[in-house]
Amino acid sequence: MISLTVNGRQHAVDAGPDTPLLFVLRDTIGLTGTKYGCGIGQCGACTVLLDGQATRSCQVPLESVGTQGITTIEAIETDPVGAKVVAAWVGIEVPQCGYCQSGQVMAATGLLKETPKPSEDDIAAAMTNLCRCGTYNAIAAAVRQAAA
Amino acid sequence: MNDLTPLHRLGLGARPTREPVKNFSRRGFLGIASGALLLGIDLPGGAAAQTRAEGPAAVAPKPGTRVAAFLEIRPDSSVRLLSPFVEGGQGINTGLAQTIGEELDLDPARFAVECAPPGPDYAVVNGLRMTGGSFSTRSSFEAMRRLGATAREMLLRAAAARLAVAQDSLTTEDGRVVHAATGRTLGYGELAQAALALQPRDDVPLRDAKSFRWIGRPVARLDMRDKATGRATYAIDIRVEGMLHAAVTHAPHLGTEPQVIANEAAVRAMPGIHSVHRLPGAVAVVADSWWRARKGAEALQVTWTAPAPEGIATVSQSFSSSAMLAELKGSTEPGIPAEQEGDPAAAFAGAAKVIEAEYDAPYLAHAQLEPPSAVARFTADGSLDLWLPNQMPELFQQIAAKTAGLEPEQVRIHSPMLGGFFGRHFAYGPANPFPQAILLAQATGRPVRVLWSREEEFGMDAVRPLSFARFKAALGADGMPVALHTVAVGEGPIGRWFGALFKSPVDSSVVEGLDKKPYAIPNRRLDYVKVPHPVTIAFWRSVGHSMNDYFYESFLDEVAAAGDKDPFALRMALLKDSPRHRTLLKAVADLAGGWRRGPFAAEDGTSRARGVSMASPFGSETATIAEVSLKDGEARVHDLWIAIDPGSVVNPAIVKRQVESAAALGLSSTLLEQVVYENGQRQAKNFDAYPILDRERMPRVHVTIVESGAPMGGIGEPGLPGVPPAVVNAVAALTGRRVRSLPLAKTPLSGV
Repeated sequence: MISLTVNGRQHAVDAGPDTPLLFVLRDTIGLTGTKYGCGIGQCGACTVLLDGQATRSCQVPLESVGTQGITTIEAIETDPVGAKVVAAWVGIEVPQCGYCQSGQVMAATGLLKETPKPSEDDIAAAMTNLCRCGTYNAIAAAVRQAAA
Repeated sequence: MNDLTPLHRLGLGARPTREPVKNFSRRGFLGIASGALLLGIDLPGGAAAQTRAEGPAAVAPKPGTRVAAFLEIRPDSSVRLLSPFVEGGQGINTGLAQTIGEELDLDPARFAVECAPPGPDYAVVNGLRMTGGSFSTRSSFEAMRRLGATAREMLLRAAAARLAVAQDSLTTEDGRVVHAATGRTLGYGELAQAALALQPRDDVPLRDAKSFRWIGRPVARLDMRDKATGRATYAIDIRVEGMLHAAVTHAPHLGTEPQVIANEAAVRAMPGIHSVHRLPGAVAVVADSWWRARKGAEALQVTWTAPAPEGIATVSQSFSSSAMLAELKGSTEPGIPAEQEGDPAAAFAGAAKVIEAEYDAPYLAHAQLEPPSAVARFTADGSLDLWLPNQMPELFQQIAAKTAGLEPEQVRIHSPMLGGFFGRHFAYGPANPFPQAILLAQATGRPVRVLWSREEEFGMDAVRPLSFARFKAALGADGMPVALHTVAVGEGPIGRWFGALFKSPVDSSVVEGLDKKPYAIPNRRLDYVKVPHPVTIAFWRSVGHSMNDYFYESFLDEVAAAGDKDPFALRMALLKDSPRHRTLLKAVADLAGGWRRGPFAAEDGTSRARGVSMASPFGSETATIAEVSLKDGEARVHDLWIAIDPGSVVNPAIVKRQVESAAALGLSSTLLEQVVYENGQRQAKNFDAYPILDRERMPRVHVTIVESGAPMGGIGEPGLPGVPPAVVNAVAALTGRRVRSLPLAKTPLSGV
């Protein structure tokens, strides 16, 4: 059993130490808002916050999480920055199919927690998640709105 | 996929909204929807199915008319709508809520929409049920309005009885029936039970379009909050009690089978592994978690049967995409005429100038972000629940029943929203995971969830066909084109998957975008040469238009250059007989601040040029301008301006976003994408080797809607086809070089 803190709650997890955090969240703990897209850290659909930092959970083995606090999309609105991001996402109507958007919201929240007033370059550097529906312009607009 | 003509020909479509129900039997429905017919698989118990269909209960309601099949009005007067369509980002749930809500007199925000189970009520796409071909809104708009109006009339009738007043003394106001004379009101929820028990009338008048409050307005989408907070549920998120997880490793060559598993016992002994199974063309590992199943599947040492050593009849040991292209290019058959006008032979004989060119475009992956999955669960009575991404529930029900050895009625299809659409979720034989889930649930006696890893998905996805066309144009002494001869070579998804239904010898999905152009070129000939692909081919957003408009509109720029014409001016001249297209072309130029080809110096010091194109996809018309510069040998697209005329729209905000989304996919295919086969195997297994458009390459996209009032056209796909030619035409202006093979990434670019 490995102990994890997810959205402020303790979980004792029975999974192999090399299991990616993504699948622990989705399949062991049952938090399916975090998405599997590529499994190699390319698409960012699996982004969560580790101690507030946007992190691609498919690249994080369970054994390396340690005491870091994990925040997933399910708890994003309990974070004041996350709540602003969600409001911007809804207001600007960012999503199309929506599958990548959990990861996009987490990446945006991670960015704004670290850099509350990001420049265009900051946005470009932080918002690298893929979106097959091509919502990139709406994503950037929503990040700007959430930062305003 | 541009029109439903073949359905009309079979007598299964073209049923005017008001026509009596008499000719519509369930047999007809089964005939068109059966996977048997469409996919060349025998219909399970075909005779039995027909007998059932002809039995006393066989007469189905006219699709789209039985209010109770669509609307559940809840006590609080909100509505649960069972939709004929699958939501995959295109916004159809919101559009339906607007359309029905408008006539029902209920705010669209009070609708909760989900995809309906299989059933004849939902065959609203001219007697067929599917979500695709950019058909949803345009095919169902009138029927859904009528459904809303019919439901409202039933509520009024129920209220009249309840209040003991004349029905014409009642009105409605956003979910309430109002008796103005006495000030009494009743919520729809209070009336629902009595109302839905009434016989629907079929002559209820529709609202005057001038009084629309929601249709035609940018009403807020219904799915935004769930999608921004991780609450939206896709097939990949379905979990059922007692479920096992399966991971699969597929044969490296399509069509080969597992022979020997050298380490089966060792894999079985890995932690959490339940069992190992041979499947058609694959081996599956079933475990208590998907990660454990996947590790097992990756550890398998499988010997597969040998593919054919060479050739393109199958995916052979030596099959490659370049060999396939060579085969298409090498075809010498004259082909079947797909379009003919005037006397091309005479026009070529008398031409002042003749130019020729060959164009090709590669196999493409859908690369939707949600990897495909399916959950199969048999219940104690032997029936089957199946959760799976799909665009055609009845078709999947048929195939699932065949796979499971059940009757279709014993299969309950659940259709969650799709994590990316793009044509991925039709039935494509070995490209769908649900048959594996069914077989594994049978073998284990437990519910089983199959999820394909991204790598398996890149290996098995059905691909947009690699395509090729040959062009020859005759120019007159004035530099204007007088004749055009086009030969399209290959195979398309209509011919492959719907060949039995669309009996035409010409595969429309190979020639669409090359035919029915609005240009006044008096002598034209378009031929189709069938050369089948051995790989699994698919519909891919905008289907034949995805490559053909690139081919045609690029060659048209070559014609302009040969005749010393400006490409924009040439198009305007060739559109002399079509005011609708001239208006659209002018609209896109206005949106772009005027037409100029370039190259010209932009404010940031880059040298830029513009390309223009037009397309007539899925009943809509588009005009596109792209502004491009070059950087490090690559095309950088700064702006896309798109004018779209879909006749009329339900939600302009959704339309604009869909056009932008389609444009992004079109640009991705222009710049980056190709599925490459070498030695019979696909080379790219993930996004690192199959790059798709990222944020850095995303241009500004400016969309204007022109509502000409023409019959309603499609929206989901039409934004795409104009983008590749507009970009490539701009590249030609910058480089002086015509790129006739996509993606551009294959060709290092430099300025003139």
